[in-house]
Amino acid sequence: MDLLSLPFMQRALIAAVVTGLAAPAVGTYLVQRRLALMGDGLGHVAVTGVALGLVTGIAPTWTAVVVAVVGAVVLELIRERGHTNGDVALALLFYGGLAGGVLLTGIGGQSAARLQQFLFGSITTVSVADVIAVMVLAAVVVVICVGLSPQLFAVAQDQDFARVAGLRVRGYNMLIAVLAAVSVTVAMRTVGLLLVSALMVVPVATAQQVTRSFRTTLAAAMLLGTVASLGGLLIAAFPPGDVRIAPGPTIVLLALAGFALTWPLGAWLRHRHRLETPFAPGVNVDHELAGEHPHDHGDDCGHVAVRHGDHLDYVHDGHRHARHDEHYDEH
Amino acid sequence: MTTPAVPPPISLEDGAVALAGRPVLRGVDLTVHSGDFLALMGANGSGKSTLVRALTGLLPLTRGRLELFGTPIREFAQWRRLGFVPQRAGAASGVPASVWEVVASGRLTHRRLLRPLSRADRAAIDEAIEVVGLQDKTRDGVSQLSGGQQQRALIARALAGQPDLFFLDEPTAGVDLPNQVALAASLGRLKERGATVVLVAHELGPLAPLVDRSVVMRDGRVAHDGAALADHAVHQAGFGDVHEHHCDEPARPRRRDHLPDVTSPLDQPLDRRGRR
Ligand SMILES: Nc1ncnc2c1ncn2[C@@H]1O[C@H](COP(=O)(O)OP(=O)(O)OP(=O)(O)O)[C@@H](O)[C@H]1O
Ligand SMILES: [Mg+2]
Ligand SMILES: [Zn+2]
Ligand SMILES: [Zn+2]
Ligand SMILES: [Zn+2]
Ligand SMILES: [Zn+2]
Repeated sequence: MDLLSLPFMQRALIAAVVTGLAAPAVGTYLVQRRLALMGDGLGHVAVTGVALGLVTGIAPTWTAVVVAVVGAVVLELIRERGHTNGDVALALLFYGGLAGGVLLTGIGGQSAARLQQFLFGSITTVSVADVIAVMVLAAVVVVICVGLSPQLFAVAQDQDFARVAGLRVRGYNMLIAVLAAVSVTVAMRTVGLLLVSALMVVPVATAQQVTRSFRTTLAAAMLLGTVASLGGLLIAAFPPGDVRIAPGPTIVLLALAGFALTWPLGAWLRHRHRLETPFAPGVNVDHELAGEHPHDHGDDCGHVAVRHGDHLDYVHDGHRHARHDEHYDEH
Repeated sequence: MTTPAVPPPISLEDGAVALAGRPVLRGVDLTVHSGDFLALMGANGSGKSTLVRALTGLLPLTRGRLELFGTPIREFAQWRRLGFVPQRAGAASGVPASVWEVVASGRLTHRRLLRPLSRADRAAIDEAIEVVGLQDKTRDGVSQLSGGQQQRALIARALAGQPDLFFLDEPTAGVDLPNQVALAASLGRLKERGATVVLVAHELGPLAPLVDRSVVMRDGRVAHDGAALADHAVHQAGFGDVHEHHCDEPARPRRRDHLPDVTSPLDQPLDRRGRR
């Protein structure tokens, strides 16, 4: 456990926590607008930003923020014009950003290994300055995403309605795009630019399996993101056996494992909820008796009992059976 | 004529709107006075939704002059006085949202940034949910509701803002009769309070007794503006049933570029909101 007291490890832990909080916070709004892949597009654009930093000697965190924000604004403008659909605009960003980054790194004579740190994350090499930058940026993202959640929710839910409610829809759209760009940069040291989107989207997808409201989805996604990113880092720090494990992919795989585990749970919960929703109370037109019925329904008879007005209907084989004196009625 | 002390909620002069470069509304004059309950009627594609969207400032006018409560639309800022139920087939989005949350977003016009909901806000939200009869479904996800229930959630969202000027674009499409009666009762209360209502409907049903003025659109122009009309009168000769002319035309003469459709992994196959 000595490892945890080492400064580089503590910096890594801080970076993991703030990334785990910030990325899913923005991710929730992206998924709500059905722009799940936007984080990926911006991650690719940020590659160019990082390369620019490496070539010019400016801290790559800041060049990445600037370039990703510019990319986000351009993307939002393209979407707004509606000349091309959002997904195609994203695809264009993917290719341009990645190609530009690799090209620039080559021109600058930088080694591919240096770029790779940003592509796949290198959380254990984070400097003090990096940690402070990441913390500040993440705090901005989280405060805005949570504080403005009523407005951001309304805009993402129904743009027309939000506009008639006097919200500056364009401004909020732009804000989300910029926040997405910022959180891409926040997450770049933790999981790497190519896997950024996973941390933005997978916790949200996992949370959705069991939630029915927006606020719980947002909160659960942030919690799941933090758990995945801390857990992934710790697994990588204390690997089982004598293997070397990279933290970035571990975090992403842990998040995916969470999704894989929750999916059946969510399916089961939704199924359960549907089964147990009370039947609308109402009069039964006919008094129809169930046929041959040797089975006796009760608390533990194994059939789902659903409330129906003032009594219970037992559901089995496509029938709803209600006790009536010594027999069962079809309801 | 004397100038009225209170400016009318809606005053549109010679309004024209173009969609995708094609003139849709032309020469529309419409003044709606405070307390009016106006039914906007007409065949499919006659421009009712376009007019409502122009009146709410969602679509720019290509000519003409629009004032809401005496303020030109460009400078208008009293959005809390407006309520809007868009014509749409659902309230679902990419992330679950509860009925309460959707209705609560209708209260945003009364909230300042970064302030929690006040007691009055909560009361208004609860009342709006009760009016549309969704109190048992408050915590349920909207996407799990039926189409008509979703429509009622959208009506509640607009009611929660307690507006003075209410735009409803086919609010009762897909809503069953008992709930139409309930909606009529709540719109009746709004009317008594002096609210102004612009209602788009093909069939007025239980809302008919509330209507005191009918405007019938025909091919982007106003064909009738005056006394309330019964549902069937709208389509009688004179106001022109445009069906015959429109039958063999595509419903939306809109030209779109062909685009490869790359959908995101979490997209639902069909975007019920239709547009973008
Ligand atoms: N986005 C668009 N671009 C171009 N034309 C459009 C667009 N939306 C609607 N139109 C055209 O504008 C006209 C008016 O449409 P609008 O939606 O206002 O009709 P409506 O009266 O509301 O019909 P409905 O009863 O079906 O709701 C139609 O002819 C339609 O084809
Ligand atoms: Mg319409
Ligand atoms: Zn049984
Ligand atoms: Zn029963
Ligand atoms: Zn039985
Ligand atoms: Zn019986």
